[in-house]
Amino acid sequence: MRETKSSVRFSHIGTILRAELFGEIDHHTAKHIREELDKQIYTLLPKEIVLSLSDVGFMDSSGLGLIVGRLVTAKEVGATLTLTGVDARTMKIFEMAGLERMRGLVICPQEEKRCIP
Amino acid sequence: MKKRCINRLVCTLPALSCNESVARSLVAAFVSLPDPTIEELADIRCAVSEAVTNAIVHGYRGKTGEVYISVKLFDDRSVRIEVRDKGVGIADIKEARQPLFTTDKSGERSGMGFAVMEAFTDKLRVYSTLGRGTRVVLEKQLSKTDNG
Repeated sequence: MRETKSSVRFSHIGTILRAELFGEIDHHTAKHIREELDKQIYTLLPKEIVLSLSDVGFMDSSGLGLIVGRLVTAKEVGATLTLTGVDARTMKIFEMAGLERMRGLVICPQEEKRCIP
Repeated sequence: MKKRCINRLVCTLPALSCNESVARSLVAAFVSLPDPTIEELADIRCAVSEAVTNAIVHGYRGKTGEVYISVKLFDDRSVRIEVRDKGVGIADIKEARQPLFTTDKSGERSGMGFAVMEAFTDKLRVYSTLGRGTRVVLEKQLSKTDNG
């Protein structure tokens, strides 16, 4: 039986916490990713959280739940949340849920270098 | 002319969350046979993932059970996917299909499962009986290939 491989890679510069998600995000893997992200956010208390989705090979609505949940975590610690590398399919799911209208959230289809000032 | 089923996949998986990826990969491998576009295949992967996750999370609510999957390929390049569980069933299907509706308040469910299935396929039908289980039928027409 194949286990879905997915994980998070963190880097922390000043008040910015950058997390690169990679692998497949579904209900099964979201739990682990959520725990990893929240642990770092509550420990480092960043002002800005950047989630890179460029290396995410698959995402369904569980990924959406993960993002909305992290927006709540970000607000709790007073941080903004930026999503980068969002592909067209993921964007479609985000738009269906009205994610792009949520306060404190920036969604960028491109790689983060072009998004982060 | 009535369309004819030319190939069929039937499989049963225990309702374990690790099988969500197994299910979508298995269906994607089978649906790859008639050479769909990358987009079509990704749509199907996502829709199947949602249906199987629903069966595991909402149908069986973490309890043991089986998820029954059946995929049919037809001679007109249409695909019919059925995902069935013998779980708790859905009280109000119309309500459950509403975007953002979820019965699970603790697990960060987005309530977008049915909306995603609907968006990524051509037709979604949901049948459910309380205490008996739920059957989700997804249909998708694959585009014609260049070589016919």
